[in-house]
Amino acid sequence: MSRPRRERRSVVAVEAVGPYALVRVERGGIDPGVPGQFFMLEAPGRVLPRPMSLCLAPRSELAFLLDPIGPGTQALAALDVGASIAVFGPLGNGFRLDVPRPLLVGGGIGIAPLPYLAEALEHPPAVLGFRSEHHAEAAALLPNAEVVIDPVLVTEVMQTDRDVLACGPEPMLEAVRALCPEAQLAWEAPMACGYGACYGCVVEVEGELKRLCVEGPVLCSS
Amino acid sequence: MLLLNASGCLDAVTAPEVACSLDAFVTKTVTPEPRDGNAPVRIAETDYGMLNAIGLANPGRGTFIAQTLPQLRELGVSVWVSVGGFCVRDYVETCAQLDDVTIELNLSCPNVDEAPESAAEIVAACREVTANPLYAKVSPHSWDMGETVRAIEAAGADGISMINTLRGVALDGRLQPKLARASGGYSGPALKPVALAAVMAARRATELPIVGMGGVQSGRDALELIACGATHVALGTVLFADHDAPQRVRAELLEEATRAGFARADDAYCTALETVAKLAN
Repeated sequence: MSRPRRERRSVVAVEAVGPYALVRVERGGIDPGVPGQFFMLEAPGRVLPRPMSLCLAPRSELAFLLDPIGPGTQALAALDVGASIAVFGPLGNGFRLDVPRPLLVGGGIGIAPLPYLAEALEHPPAVLGFRSEHHAEAAALLPNAEVVIDPVLVTEVMQTDRDVLACGPEPMLEAVRALCPEAQLAWEAPMACGYGACYGCVVEVEGELKRLCVEGPVLCSS
Repeated sequence: MLLLNASGCLDAVTAPEVACSLDAFVTKTVTPEPRDGNAPVRIAETDYGMLNAIGLANPGRGTFIAQTLPQLRELGVSVWVSVGGFCVRDYVETCAQLDDVTIELNLSCPNVDEAPESAAEIVAACREVTANPLYAKVSPHSWDMGETVRAIEAAGADGISMINTLRGVALDGRLQPKLARASGGYSGPALKPVALAAVMAARRATELPIVGMGGVQSGRDALELIACGATHVALGTVLFADHDAPQRVRAELLEEATRAGFARADDAYCTALETVAKLAN
């Protein structure tokens, strides 16, 4: 597994993708890690960094898709080209890639790790769900994906006889797990440190509290 | 001066290199029984700090002593064990089972029910069963810090750690508490003036070593705690954002001491109190 590093990296571009922002930073000596792993990004002016899974790993860059809905993500989306932020990672456990019949399932900003994952798995089928047409513009990051828009849910259209790798809001993950108990699910929680120090990022999975930053963020449900 | 971490702000098993960059590593609080901690959501950022309501998640005394402590000893860094409990017996029994460590009694966690006994009573009872160095970590909520500290010293403590977090609440967009437990411990840069005042008040009441902490982000912050009477300094929330903080703070501390006209950071010890004493005369 690649060793996490913390380096100050320059912002190469911040691109709008529907309502989301794709923040691209210079890669430097940082390893992009396994799809589903995450990085702590310094959010200028905030006390805590923000955990973001890697969306794309073009040569010499790391790109993160984020939804600018709070002060930290808004500060990241407002970064100027050339500004520098501390980037720490890769952290946590990513997706297992040894799956014979992968199907990627994403909901909303939960599609963030899927483009990099699709690349690693040589572009398997994918189902993406969004709450509006505007949000669904982000599906451009995953060409050929089947896209559904609320009120249609990903669980209504996904094939259940495949190896599901999913990321999205908690209710979606719960619904995916109900259909595919073996699915690999990438969870999300507020996180302070990203490296096991704070015990803040626990989620309850099947009655057990899991520290997402070191035991996840990708957890197998059974 | 020793540079430590604040209890609960670093896990030496998952980040040994960070623990080894400190002069001593302070464990997460150990309680007699294993604890999962509070239900999520447990943390929330605020504009100038963060709230946590972890709730003393730990493997319990038995597993800690049998498994975690040997792992920590292998790191070669000096180990301080934070001891917690819900009554005086909890503290006493854990202290009695610990050898060759410094003990920091957590008498001030804002996220669990407090023991009914006073801080001084707990210190006195633990003193009877351990010859290990015994520090008492106190709450910043004390109205009379001088009296609290004098009572803890009289009970036999070897040092004071201060401050723990302040109790706080943060609300979301729907005006609901962000934390599942509603309130949590407030930490981060906003705490520094509170910590400086608490350390200053404690220093006027005792000559015991004081581990000063609360809002330290930089070497300048650490130097200010020393100037207010801290013997040692601990890093808390800053470790979440920057695990390289120990080296950075050390380097900055020397620079800031030089800038303030001191050869070493320790030379700034209590200088803020001297000025206060002059004004009082």
